[in-house]
Amino acid sequence: MIYFDNAATTGVSKEVLDAMLPYFTENYGNPSSVYAFSDTPKEAIAESRRRIAKCLNCDASEIFFTASGSEADNWAIKGVCDAAAKNGKNKIITSAIEHHAVLTTCEYMEKHGFEVTYLPVDETGLVNPSDLENAIDGQTALVSIMYANNEIGTIEPIKELVEIAHKYKVPFHTDAVQAAGTIKIDIKDLGVDLLSISGHKFHAPKGIGALYIKKGTKITSFIHGGMQERGKRAGTENVPYIVGIATALENACANLDNYTKKVTALRDKLIKGVMEAIPYVKLNGHTAQRLPGNANFSFKYIEGESLLLWLDMNGIAASSGSACTSGSLDPSHVLLAIGLPHEIAHGSLRISLSYENTEEEIDKLLEVLPQIVDRLRNMSPLYEEVLK
Amino acid sequence: MYTNEVMDHFTNPRNVGEIENADGIGTVGNAKCGDIMKMYLKIDNGIITDIKFKTFGCGAAIATSSMATELVKGKTVEEALKLTNKEVIDRLGGLPPAKIHCSVLAEESIRAAVADYYQKTGRELPESLKKSLEHDNAHGEE
Repeated sequence: MIYFDNAATTGVSKEVLDAMLPYFTENYGNPSSVYAFSDTPKEAIAESRRRIAKCLNCDASEIFFTASGSEADNWAIKGVCDAAAKNGKNKIITSAIEHHAVLTTCEYMEKHGFEVTYLPVDETGLVNPSDLENAIDGQTALVSIMYANNEIGTIEPIKELVEIAHKYKVPFHTDAVQAAGTIKIDIKDLGVDLLSISGHKFHAPKGIGALYIKKGTKITSFIHGGMQERGKRAGTENVPYIVGIATALENACANLDNYTKKVTALRDKLIKGVMEAIPYVKLNGHTAQRLPGNANFSFKYIEGESLLLWLDMNGIAASSGSACTSGSLDPSHVLLAIGLPHEIAHGSLRISLSYENTEEEIDKLLEVLPQIVDRLRNMSPLYEEVLK
Repeated sequence: MYTNEVMDHFTNPRNVGEIENADGIGTVGNAKCGDIMKMYLKIDNGIITDIKFKTFGCGAAIATSSMATELVKGKTVEEALKLTNKEVIDRLGGLPPAKIHCSVLAEESIRAAVADYYQKTGRELPESLKKSLEHDNAHGEE
């Protein structure tokens, strides 16, 4: 199988699994207990926090473990808005292309008295900082704009956006789930107040994430109970997974230069090959401000699920923003936000790469994709009209 | 996600293509929703002697179009009008709930092509067909 869906999830690396295993069967003590048996897991958590903080350039005490990236997003938004509501703030600013973990949480806050502004993006998926400047005011509780988009790979101008938010003394959250482990993240340089990451996007297991919360940020506790995570997120710590996410992020950061070089070259070969071999195709997203592993195309006159089924039969796993693959009637909100008409959004294909992909795999895709597109177009009534 | 029958009709769709000077052509669905089916009928003495289709859509849209053509080929137009989406689903061994609308489109595409045949030949439309045409028009304007 050729796996081209690394933005959906990645496999756990052998090194990460090996680091985790002792914390299941040997060092299983509850980190909150006082006896010596719990010292090892307790220290493993502290060490994991330090390793993650070092990768992201922040203080270890600012890292809070969660059970997923979605939980980190939920906590950042609900927690900051809850705290700000006490001071009469009632506005959130986000973008139209956020992950559902952010969008749906914002919709939830709308039901609880908050007014949400969804900033538009241009045809490449970029938020315009002046739109943020126009939307922000003294009532704004939080700005939440993603670091990099999961569908089209566009990397947002976070630093510039943070400066605007801070001018108005508004905290800034970024969903960095797609960015962590795939591009360099320097929290001090970015200046963000909150940042979400998810382990399974960079070869840690599913079920572990983290939220960076800058010291001094006003945020309420997310899970009430014991004193874990400095009393803000109760529940006995998932020690093996915490060790897993720290090991995986450290590996990703250590290999980032090689990753960037290798994966960018594969992506560019893929994009060039597809654009040359197939007519009526559009590359979605930004040409330069783009995640190394992301390629997203729209093939006119065909529908994405059909494309995925044929790729699957050729042993290739990828994804699409068509309605049929989203379980709703509308195609991806991201593709609509960059201005694609519905029918073109339905025909999208996302290829997301990892360091494990090879040039031979790209060659295989370039061999079968034009045939599949051709086959589907030949039975499409929309294409028939084009030919006439 | 799909049955073997659906995958068979998706990968080897029967009766794909166009018919020149077709006696009836029906198009249903719209690109905005992500599926369009176009049916071409050749009719001799009230019998569907040939049928071809073209479909823009997902795996289920293609498979239901293909199955619908098989089910009405060789039948009289009156028999073709009795085709139901349930029959298409049953013959495909079932469809995921989110894909039921594809089978409805397949049924409607046959009816639309038959209606076109009635209109082209100056015959009066049966009552049931009039109703479904009104529905199609409403769907197209969504």
